Amino acid sequence: MNKKPTSPINYRLAKSRAYQVLIIIFAMAITIPLFFIIGYIFVQGVQKINWTFLTHIPKPVGESGGGIANALVGSLIIVAVAAVIAIPIGIMCGIYLSENKRSKLAYWSRLSVDILQGVPSIVIGIVVYFWIVKPAGGFSAFSGSIALAIMMLPIVVRSTEETLKLLPDSLKEAALALGIPYHRVILSVIVPCGISGILSGVILSVARIAGETAPLLFTAFGNPYLSGDIRKPMQSLPLLIFNYATSPYDDWRDLAWGASLILLLWVLLLNIFTKVITRRWKIQL
Amino acid sequence: MEDTIVRAQNFNAYFGTNHVVKNVNIDLPRNNAIAVMGPSGCGKTTFLRCINRMHELIAGAHVDGKMYLHQEDIYDMHPIFVRLKIGMVFQRPNPFPNLSIYDNVIAGYKLVGMKLPKAERDQKVEESLTKAALWNEVKDSLHKKGTFLSGGQQQRLCIARAIAMEPEVMLFDEPTSALDPISTASIEELFFELKKSYTLIIVTHNMQQAARVSDRTAFFYLGELVEFDDTKQMFTNPKDLRTQNYITGRFS
Repeated sequence: MNKKPTSPINYRLAKSRAYQVLIIIFAMAITIPLFFIIGYIFVQGVQKINWTFLTHIPKPVGESGGGIANALVGSLIIVAVAAVIAIPIGIMCGIYLSENKRSKLAYWSRLSVDILQGVPSIVIGIVVYFWIVKPAGGFSAFSGSIALAIMMLPIVVRSTEETLKLLPDSLKEAALALGIPYHRVILSVIVPCGISGILSGVILSVARIAGETAPLLFTAFGNPYLSGDIRKPMQSLPLLIFNYATSPYDDWRDLAWGASLILLLWVLLLNIFTKVITRRWKIQL
Repeated sequence: MEDTIVRAQNFNAYFGTNHVVKNVNIDLPRNNAIAVMGPSGCGKTTFLRCINRMHELIAGAHVDGKMYLHQEDIYDMHPIFVRLKIGMVFQRPNPFPNLSIYDNVIAGYKLVGMKLPKAERDQKVEESLTKAALWNEVKDSLHKKGTFLSGGQQQRLCIARAIAMEPEVMLFDEPTSALDPISTASIEELFFELKKSYTLIIVTHNMQQAARVSDRTAFFYLGELVEFDDTKQMFTNPKDLRTQNYITGRFS
């Protein structure tokens, strides 16, 4: 009776408090590297960016000024072509996987997609080099797009599959019971209902490959001039950063800092865009 | 002699090796409300889903025996034609969440890419919603999403969606079991109107509902059709002991 239980309870409360504080500290710690990276790149890159920087190609060594127009245009083209290749294949594969969860083909297909996701990007670059660049007889932006498309595929497939798997079966039954043919059930009901998830997967995969350097080293190769021909070598932002950042010339290193900031903003914007889309286009089931 | 619209002959349905509907023989008369009742797991829902060939969508499901719509064997027809003639309303309201109320009603046309002229479309929407007793409640918000409606309204929207296809038979799979008593009452009232133009087959595990809304009742037990008779007859003077036990609540 007179033995007071307060001390062990206080001890437990203190322990619980300590855990809470610890969790909050780690949650905050996770944001530090990101802010540090963004801040550092911003400080280094921001004063290099101006109109000339965006609209001119790099000047030869020794001349100051110049810009990254060739890399900007190149990146847009290479990523766009990769997206055009990977998105339809990825979405259709994702639909198959969610529609045929237990088939043998789905098992192997899912396994391959998972493994593909783990293949190092440099390996994909080398494989594409031997498959496409060598037989074609030269580096090309198109081969770079193929390499990036292979990197995009697993992300698109899995995000499509996961999104569609969450849709209730009752939705499909409702459509089938109206006598709607299977392909229209998929195209007019299932895909539109999962569109926000599918789109966010697509956009995230574009953000993901925009910064890939390794697959482009032996494929798109790089090009100091502005080019729009996907059969020829083409510059891209990551390649420009890779080559210019390690060069001994201050002007080139400035270009690399500016290009890094542009690339970072690109990825950041796509991520924010994804959040907006998932919120706006979310279909209330 | 009444005119039979759906007829099952020695009809069996299975999930893999699990025999869930056993040798059912039944003649369902046209323009009647037919209740199908029985305890959980008696095969009544499976039987219903066999009528419009929804049963076979489940992996491992199969059937044997004959099922006719008029004289035609349903299992020789293309499932899409079957489902155009035999509409279905499910246990949980399932309007298409990506479509407006208006588009939900004509979903059966819109989603197959069939373009109706606007006047005809408007008329069909109004007619179907009126028949489903929903028009007055939604006529000012036709272009809002169907999922904003209450559960009972959503269920009536699903009924309107089935009506719009002009089916001959409408299947209801426990249509009120997810609804509150007031919505249930409004759906039950609707049945009296609907059976004038359609044949209604209503699965329910609620005996009072079967007694209230149906002209005929079929009682299923353990996969067998035990008894099929006039509802009044069945509830006052059942022929089979199992029916009697079920109705008097000796098992459920």
